[in-house]
Amino acid sequence: MNTTTSRLQVTMNYLLIVLCSAVAVYPLIGILLASFYPAEQGVSPSGFGLPPSFDWQNYVTAWDQGRFSEYFTTSVVVAAVMVPASVVLSILGGYAFATMRFRGSKVIFYLFILGLIIPTEATIVPLYYDVQAMGLIDTYWALIILEVSGEVAFGIFWMRAAFLSAPPSLLEAARIDGASSWRALWRILVPFAKPAILTLTVLTFADSWNEFFLALVFTVNHMTAPAGLASFSGKYTTQIALVSAAAVIVALPILIVFIIFQREFMRGMLTGAVKG
Amino acid sequence: MEAEPAVASRAVAVGSRRRRPSRRPEYLPGESRRIGYLYVAPAFILYAAFNLFPLGQGINLSFYRWDGITPGTWVGLQNYREFFTDPAIREGYNHVLKLMVFYSFLPIVLGLFLAAVLSRIRIRGLTFFRVLLFLPLVITDVVTSVAWIWMYDVDGPIATALRHIGLGALVPSNGWLGDFNTALPAVGIFGLWGQFGFCLILFLAGVMKIPASLYEAARVDGANAIREFFAVTLPGLRYELQVVLVLSVIGTLGTFDEIYVLTSGGPGTATIVPAYTIWSRLFNLGQVGSAAALGIVLMLIVFAVTFVLNRLLERGAER
Repeated sequence: MNTTTSRLQVTMNYLLIVLCSAVAVYPLIGILLASFYPAEQGVSPSGFGLPPSFDWQNYVTAWDQGRFSEYFTTSVVVAAVMVPASVVLSILGGYAFATMRFRGSKVIFYLFILGLIIPTEATIVPLYYDVQAMGLIDTYWALIILEVSGEVAFGIFWMRAAFLSAPPSLLEAARIDGASSWRALWRILVPFAKPAILTLTVLTFADSWNEFFLALVFTVNHMTAPAGLASFSGKYTTQIALVSAAAVIVALPILIVFIIFQREFMRGMLTGAVKG
Repeated sequence: MEAEPAVASRAVAVGSRRRRPSRRPEYLPGESRRIGYLYVAPAFILYAAFNLFPLGQGINLSFYRWDGITPGTWVGLQNYREFFTDPAIREGYNHVLKLMVFYSFLPIVLGLFLAAVLSRIRIRGLTFFRVLLFLPLVITDVVTSVAWIWMYDVDGPIATALRHIGLGALVPSNGWLGDFNTALPAVGIFGLWGQFGFCLILFLAGVMKIPASLYEAARVDGANAIREFFAVTLPGLRYELQVVLVLSVIGTLGTFDEIYVLTSGGPGTATIVPAYTIWSRLFNLGQVGSAAALGIVLMLIVFAVTFVLNRLLERGAER
């Protein structure tokens, strides 16, 4: 009797998790399939069954006429500069907070921590006029600078924790060797913290790729992929197939990164959530 | 909410007195070195210039009436007084409170329930399911919003399914997002969909860390599944709960992306939220001083909520 109930329970559990996963992916699979529907005809994707044919035309239209080739480039350029910059600054800052004592270090660290919960809405109004005064509206630089300055708060917090988990003997050895603080960081601590750095890199990329609010406020023509998608979806409300193709284009890079680095992603999101 | 992956830890750092079991002192070998300033400087200068400094500017700006072009006039606390008198602002916060049910309460309850059920048996291929469950959180809000515009469309899958089973009358003529009565709950369901997978996985991971001996002890005591849940699982997950609660509540307060894409605050003002009000006052209405004041107020509310929630939850846990 015991075995039958447990077998029933096993089946129920699998049904349950399959159901949950199905709910999670259904809307996403839905627009993936919708993107292959012919744009012009009256056949609209209802969410049940496959498209009449697998037609790439919507992707071509979105990429060329929808200007997604440009939006995509903006996102790539911003991420390519922003991610390394943010990660390096976070390593440097995290290193100092983890291993050095200097006047005011506690206060400065708490100021960074504060940045973890200051909502962008609180600074966006003056920022808009600051960026305008610097002549950076609608440039890559506006996004790069603002994204880095927002991301370092978390990055420093993250790297400090990573360096703090290094065995003190590691640093001790370097000090006895007479290594400079710079060498000790790059030769000893950075290799030690490689997994944490990889996780931070992946998460920073995700934040950059998914950033929407800043792009909406600061760009006009040089929109990032998500901002481009938002404006595209507003313009072509009736062309579900075409908008879906654009959405798939925007989702693809983050999806690929997520699948390749799923371990880092999960670790970052879960331990990042629970550490504190 | 901004999916804002890991940044989770933000939630618990503020106002938290929790002493984590750590074998390490706060500051390591604590070598006194001035060179520390040099390492911190690049990040701090950037951070201060584009976060702290604008915060000060924002506070200053919030005391002015300014259209963004002509010189502003000092109005003192007028913009803050609006917070209590302007029905549009009150409406936004009212909506956010309702959204919290979907963004915070329901995902937590659902996640807890599912985690409790699922954790009783080892699931093969959990990694695969975890990837699927994480997708709504990982993929850009704008993309998932586009997917849900389609979901809620009058010809979308939900409407089609309802018509198929003869319940076509339930489909609003403008779709769920275009209907005054259903738009806000529709946004809420979108949020629930985006959150529950994360809650489930976080709680599942947390349950795995609860020592099996506690469960065995509970079973020896003759506890049934429900008592076991309240006696062992729930207390074991209190830290995860705190994180999710604080995070999701402050995330909801700042909701913007999906509102912009799904409904633009509409129909009418049926889904307006504080962040959207700030954005539209800044760009569409030229009420810059008011937008700045609303931003500061939103921040103060976020600070207060984070602080109070962390304190309350920790006091609850200490009992």
